[in-house]
Amino acid sequence: MKITYCDALVIGGGLAGLRAAVATQKRGLNTIVLSLVPVKRSHSAAAQGGMQASLGNAKMSQGDNEDVHFMDTVKGSDWGCDQDVARMFVNTAPKAIRELSNWGVPWTRVRKGPHEAVINAERTTIVEDDEAHGLITSRDFGGTKKWRTCYTADATGHTMLFGVANEAMKQEVDIRDRKEVLSLIHEDNVCHGAVVRDLITGELEGYVAKGTLIATGGYGRLYQTTTNAVICEGTGQAAALETGVATLGNMEAVQFHPTPIVPSGILLTEGCRGDGGVLRDVDGYRFMPDYEPEKKDLASRDVVSRRMMEHIRNGKGVPSDFGDHLWLDISILGREHIEKNLRDVQEIAQQFNGIDPADEGAAGWLPVRPAQHYSMGGIRTKPTGESQKLSGLFSCGEAACWDMHGFNRLGGNSVSETVVSGMIVGNYFAHYCEDHEMTISTKAVHDAILKQEHYIEEILSRTEGEDIFPIKKRMQKIMDDNVGIFRNGDSLQSAVDELQELLVRSKKAIVKSKTKAGNPELEEAYRVPRMLKLALCVAYGGLLRTESRGAHYREDYLKRDDANWLKRTLTAWPDDTATLPEVSYEELDIMKMEIPPAFRGYGAKGMTIENPLSQKRQEEVDAVREKLEAEGKDRYEIQAALMDYALPLNYKEKNERLGVGYE
Amino acid sequence: MSKNESKGRELLFSILKYNPRDPESKPAFVEYRLTETPGMTLFIALNKIRDSLDADLSFDFVCRAGICGSCGMVINGKPLLACRTLTADYADGKIQIMPMPAFELIKDLSVNTGKWMEAMSKRVESWIHSNEVHDITKLEEPIDPDVADETFELDRCIECGLCVTSCGTALMRPNFVGPAGLNRVARFQMDPHDKRTDADFYELVGDDDGIFGCMSLLACEDHCPKHLPLQEKIAYMRRKLVAQR
Repeated sequence: MKITYCDALVIGGGLAGLRAAVATQKRGLNTIVLSLVPVKRSHSAAAQGGMQASLGNAKMSQGDNEDVHFMDTVKGSDWGCDQDVARMFVNTAPKAIRELSNWGVPWTRVRKGPHEAVINAERTTIVEDDEAHGLITSRDFGGTKKWRTCYTADATGHTMLFGVANEAMKQEVDIRDRKEVLSLIHEDNVCHGAVVRDLITGELEGYVAKGTLIATGGYGRLYQTTTNAVICEGTGQAAALETGVATLGNMEAVQFHPTPIVPSGILLTEGCRGDGGVLRDVDGYRFMPDYEPEKKDLASRDVVSRRMMEHIRNGKGVPSDFGDHLWLDISILGREHIEKNLRDVQEIAQQFNGIDPADEGAAGWLPVRPAQHYSMGGIRTKPTGESQKLSGLFSCGEAACWDMHGFNRLGGNSVSETVVSGMIVGNYFAHYCEDHEMTISTKAVHDAILKQEHYIEEILSRTEGEDIFPIKKRMQKIMDDNVGIFRNGDSLQSAVDELQELLVRSKKAIVKSKTKAGNPELEEAYRVPRMLKLALCVAYGGLLRTESRGAHYREDYLKRDDANWLKRTLTAWPDDTATLPEVSYEELDIMKMEIPPAFRGYGAKGMTIENPLSQKRQEEVDAVREKLEAEGKDRYEIQAALMDYALPLNYKEKNERLGVGYE
Repeated sequence: MSKNESKGRELLFSILKYNPRDPESKPAFVEYRLTETPGMTLFIALNKIRDSLDADLSFDFVCRAGICGSCGMVINGKPLLACRTLTADYADGKIQIMPMPAFELIKDLSVNTGKWMEAMSKRVESWIHSNEVHDITKLEEPIDPDVADETFELDRCIECGLCVTSCGTALMRPNFVGPAGLNRVARFQMDPHDKRTDADFYELVGDDDGIFGCMSLLACEDHCPKHLPLQEKIAYMRRKLVAQR
């Protein structure tokens, strides 16, 4: 039996995993990264529009800082996020982008002098300062007060991923691709590594490490229509869940992006609207200002997606073979802008739909409809990234729920989170690996490998049963139909019932080819039951959460319920034969929040069931602020008094900005 | 006409299947018939074949949007990204698919481009070389916006391998660094963060397996799905490095 030992084991080779691996490797820890695919093909590469970091270089981003970014993130999360984590994030993001710049990410830069921009469908001239020339520029994105999203045209994830992968290579991180984790090795609530299948040879191997970190991205492929890559099947969350010890957090928090193109579901970046593009209906009418007069087309993603579906329900969709859709119009930005800053969007539209979005008028309009895009839920961790229940298991990036996004993630905050959490969690993870030894016996490792080997053999030995592919398709259809943008008790209950039945059936599916290597059907046969467990965490968590918060929208419970639901859903799967997860809850402590729950700024007021503590805490916060301001304290001192937080290395230090220094 | 309007035809796929790890396996074309659906891409078609006709068929897709570079295949003789190849583009409905040559075959249409690209990246030391120490709490170093844009232009390579498969030299000389490798050198040569000199680059690729191996056939640029200016950049690097001889 093949067993490999290392200090730090990183599962997942996208931006978060690679950045964490750089952190451990740089501290002298022997680090191995395992990835389903060559790491530069990870789904991080598909992030288009940009990375939020409050640099404040460009004209429209002046005045931005950590406090503004923090407020946007908390509001965006509909008060579901962990505010400590959001603070850690906003203070590190400017450092992350500057580090990436040094690693060669060719960020688009400020050009001094006048340039044209489209704001609220009007052409406007913006004049950039001479001093800002050559610094990193930024564009507008939804749900943000300032233009904060830094970018490389619309291939931001690609250039970031290549930059970080190149750095990992430079640091001689041992990267092994086409490797899939089947299970985590754990004993007495401590994680010791993983059982891994080589996707080329089919061979099973044990990887034993002082610490294990999961950064395998989201679980979008539980849904039929998703912008996610085909590898985003939640394998990492499933491995954690199947320990029976580690918990998953807020799995029902699933984001639907407003503008995937129809029918392929490929994402068209929020940068389309950030740069001035607008949504139109069957009459060519720009409808978003009617619903959201303030933020219009650039309201938070959950809000825009719901408004679009509402507008379609009101009969204003464009009928097509693939169901009703709406139009995204970027033609108003002009050909030059599109061919420079939105060229992947143009390429996708041309290749897949035969439309050139730079063509003037209706000829260039792109068919769009909201679809699954992002998983706010994931492996529940402490702010350090370590599982609350399983020591030695860390997680970061989209795979984790540490919990920066609550119930809705802002555009540009996820690709930013990948590297920022890689930096922060990577360092806490490194500390753990330095402080711990391998204590597991080789017998326990052998047993863990054997268990998976027997499981594979059992699957291959089945002679009668149904195909696995239709079961997977049915799961994806159920998730689209019943656990989507609009949810209600009946549809969620029927989803939970049928998913349970599918889980039972999936464990009996047959595999026609009996070979252990290069057998894609075998891979489906062991993945689908795991995906179904995750789907059940999403659907069941959603059924139990009788409120509407962020992207979780219940037609039978329209209000955000701070009195009863200001808490995180935790799911665990201690009994492998069970068909439902064990659910518990973790309260959010309003009295420790820097920004207590309030009106989010969308739709009608009065859609919240207030928690009396919100007002109490607000009074406390106001009093502290007033007192310290009178004493002449600066914003950092006031922030520390309200909600102090910790960061590793020099990440807590202030960030310098043009014109204001460290103020 | 919108490309999504084609439908209903019967398509005939002929796919080269071979498992080099199975001693019984012999390379052979296998035929599959599928009904075309509107907007069908080879991503959709191949998955349909696997779901309903041949569960054993191996191929690689990740993003299915032309961004990740996983799905290079030789389609009716031309190297293309399968995910963004539309069946509607084949008037007679006959589509032959083979794995890309020049890369290690894993099985059927799946080839190990990742391994090749990793070796290339290590060979050209595809990372920033600099001894400068940066304080990331301070303002970033200003970069000329045009230089940043030009570096980005060359950084758009997705390592799909279509250029390598198209390259006469790469097929004759297995150690040739390939158009992707030469583009990578040009990318770092352009980047002001990288302090390497032309002499340093000459050390890496100043031979017949590098910049002087290119025969200027230029199929690389013809097939690059990202339309990288390979012809211009290879010629530019050759002029730069020939001066180092």
